[in-house]
Amino acid sequence: MTVPTAAPPTVGTPGLGKRVALFATCINDTMMPGAPAATVKLLERLGCTVEFPRAQTCCGQILTNTGYFTEALGTVTSYVKAFSDYDYIVAPSGSCIASVRHQHPMLARHAGDAGLEKVSTEVVGRSYELSEFLVDVLGVVDVGAYFPHRVTYHPSCHSVRLAKIGDRPYRLLEAVRGIDLVTLPHADECCGFGGTFSLKNPDVSVAMASDKARHVRSTNCEYLIGADNACLLNIGGILDRQRSGITTIHLAEVLAMTEKDAS
Amino acid sequence: MSTGAERRTPAPPPAAWETYPVFPKAAKIELQLTEQRKNLRHATGTIRAKRLDRASEVPNWEDLRTAAAAIKDRVARHLDEYLVEAERTLTEAGVTVHWASTADEANAIVADIAVAKGVDEVVKIKSMVTQELDLNEYLEKRGIAAWETDLAELIVQLGHDLPSHILVPAIHRNRSEVREIFVEEMGRYGTPAPEGISDDPHELTQAARAHLRAKFLRAKMAVSGGNFIVADTGTLVIVESEGNGRMCLTLPETLVSIVGIEKVLPTVEDLEVFLKLLPRSSTGERMNPYTSMWSGVTPGDGPQDLHVILLDNGRTRVLSDPTGRAALRCIRCSACLNICPVYERVGGHAYGSPYPGPIGAILNPQLHGMGSERDRALPFASTLCGACNDVCPVRIPFTDILVHLRHLAVEHKTAKHPTVEQGIMKTAAWVLSDGKHLEKAQLATRAAGRVLGDRPLGPMPVPLAGRWLRARDVDAPPTETFRQWWKKHEQERKES
Repeated sequence: MTVPTAAPPTVGTPGLGKRVALFATCINDTMMPGAPAATVKLLERLGCTVEFPRAQTCCGQILTNTGYFTEALGTVTSYVKAFSDYDYIVAPSGSCIASVRHQHPMLARHAGDAGLEKVSTEVVGRSYELSEFLVDVLGVVDVGAYFPHRVTYHPSCHSVRLAKIGDRPYRLLEAVRGIDLVTLPHADECCGFGGTFSLKNPDVSVAMASDKARHVRSTNCEYLIGADNACLLNIGGILDRQRSGITTIHLAEVLAMTEKDAS
Repeated sequence: MSTGAERRTPAPPPAAWETYPVFPKAAKIELQLTEQRKNLRHATGTIRAKRLDRASEVPNWEDLRTAAAAIKDRVARHLDEYLVEAERTLTEAGVTVHWASTADEANAIVADIAVAKGVDEVVKIKSMVTQELDLNEYLEKRGIAAWETDLAELIVQLGHDLPSHILVPAIHRNRSEVREIFVEEMGRYGTPAPEGISDDPHELTQAARAHLRAKFLRAKMAVSGGNFIVADTGTLVIVESEGNGRMCLTLPETLVSIVGIEKVLPTVEDLEVFLKLLPRSSTGERMNPYTSMWSGVTPGDGPQDLHVILLDNGRTRVLSDPTGRAALRCIRCSACLNICPVYERVGGHAYGSPYPGPIGAILNPQLHGMGSERDRALPFASTLCGACNDVCPVRIPFTDILVHLRHLAVEHKTAKHPTVEQGIMKTAAWVLSDGKHLEKAQLATRAAGRVLGDRPLGPMPVPLAGRWLRARDVDAPPTETFRQWWKKHEQERKES
């Protein structure tokens, strides 16, 4: 799967004229700012005009998925408030995008707010996970990235099964110069994070995360790439405790890297 | 393991399911069973791969799933009409139809029939509904011995054990454990295992065959469940693999079939869809070895006294919930168990019910209501990974129903008095309802980041955080949030 290092990329600027709102997501904003920063760098390199509406907060799934529907309603309104003026809303997280798409209209419906349901449905319909935006809207697979390392990719459950981003991350990674992308055994199995599942069922969660870490280690990779930082936080926590020497990195950070950064 | 002198059949564990702790605690115990985890990993891995092979070779598989869901939803919408129609066609075919709204009612009907017939033992076809009713123990108390004839159910019964899987109830056992159970127990309840039997599967099967044959030939009454009831023809359908079902359905004089009210199908044509989906989804076979269909009594051929008990036992409660009722589509194939990463690690017993895995997590709290802590914990026994959604042959939206039931569990818990979790969630709700609130909260995470420095956070005796950090290292929060980076970035953009 190694792509030979070719001449410097000429991927152009397919994003020219596109005004994109970044949905950083609360966990990235607060805990792992590298992924949204890399998303900005990547999208601007591709010609997009990126904006960050400060009214944004969170998809609310930590509340929704723990059963607190009324409490989660504030994230539906803040999402609408932050993003209703944009044609493209892009987030470096399949899980958060899946949550806004499926759960925001449900929460508004549950609250009996037909007006909010309608406007929420419209706004979440213009929301994209990063790899979807790159491949489907900008029409690029080769984003001019350079990452000369042995890596494996964990396709997180919500990205694949709920947001349904398919094989887009693999297509983007295969086009990265210098990369040695190794198949992850049992890739489609959950890492055991599951939001508050990891707190309510800590023993099962650790059992699952340990198996995932074992599969990652079996690839002898340097980096574990993912499109959801929450899963990477979980698997990376085990890998770090084991002193495995494997670094977790978000897909956006890999795609943002160029030969200029490496030198 | 000793049984009281008055007992006829092997005793299950004392108090059976009632003794199991809530899921997180039960799971912790099960996770430590090394042999069981190996058995489960091997068995679920094998059957998963077989299911995928058999499903992906059917070109219209996705259409079949859609059709199955539509048929089941139609049945749910018009259940009253189809049940009355089934009662009429069954009665016309010579079947005695009984209605039971609770487990006690259904169990009493079975025992009363046995008493009226003067029999003190029955043979049983593997049936989930009789596990749900705990029928065997009820019959034991009434002096009637119920013998399981499915190989895996026999292993569970002789092992004084409980089932841990819908299709393969002894999935947690390996063949050397089965050999020990057979050698130890078979002789106490009938034909013993041959001297010097090994753990070779063929030898074990032959021992079970000899043990069961004596029971089949003696039995005057059989008890079964039912996979489907066809309303317009009054036909019962049972799908099985071993032929023990066929023996039970043909040899005894009296046959009692207990069937959940959701099992009715409108017409024989509807069976086509389910007979394609069920074996491929459950055992990973193109066709199951034995499909028995019978429409009432045939003079001189098979049982002459047929009974059908139509059972509610909580099903109308499930039906009354527009979001949760899709759980009634279930055809008990077990595909959701086999694919579930949680089930694979903890096994079935941790769910505290004969219905384990994802289907158990959505069915038990709906059948029973949210009254018990054990049932309220089940919707949380999932990472919401969604693997079950994708394999379900009747397209049950598991993750949507799990989230819905979590909401009902929270409503139930917080109805009387506020909880600590609710307080945390309300605080989180305030923080996440407005970007300005989030920025205020980030002042605290940045301060924590400055105090904690660059060292990764390891084990610490802090509530909640400790649950995470005892197995994981995590970096301290960064001192610069994305928002702050963005401000600098915007400034740089303006200047360049």
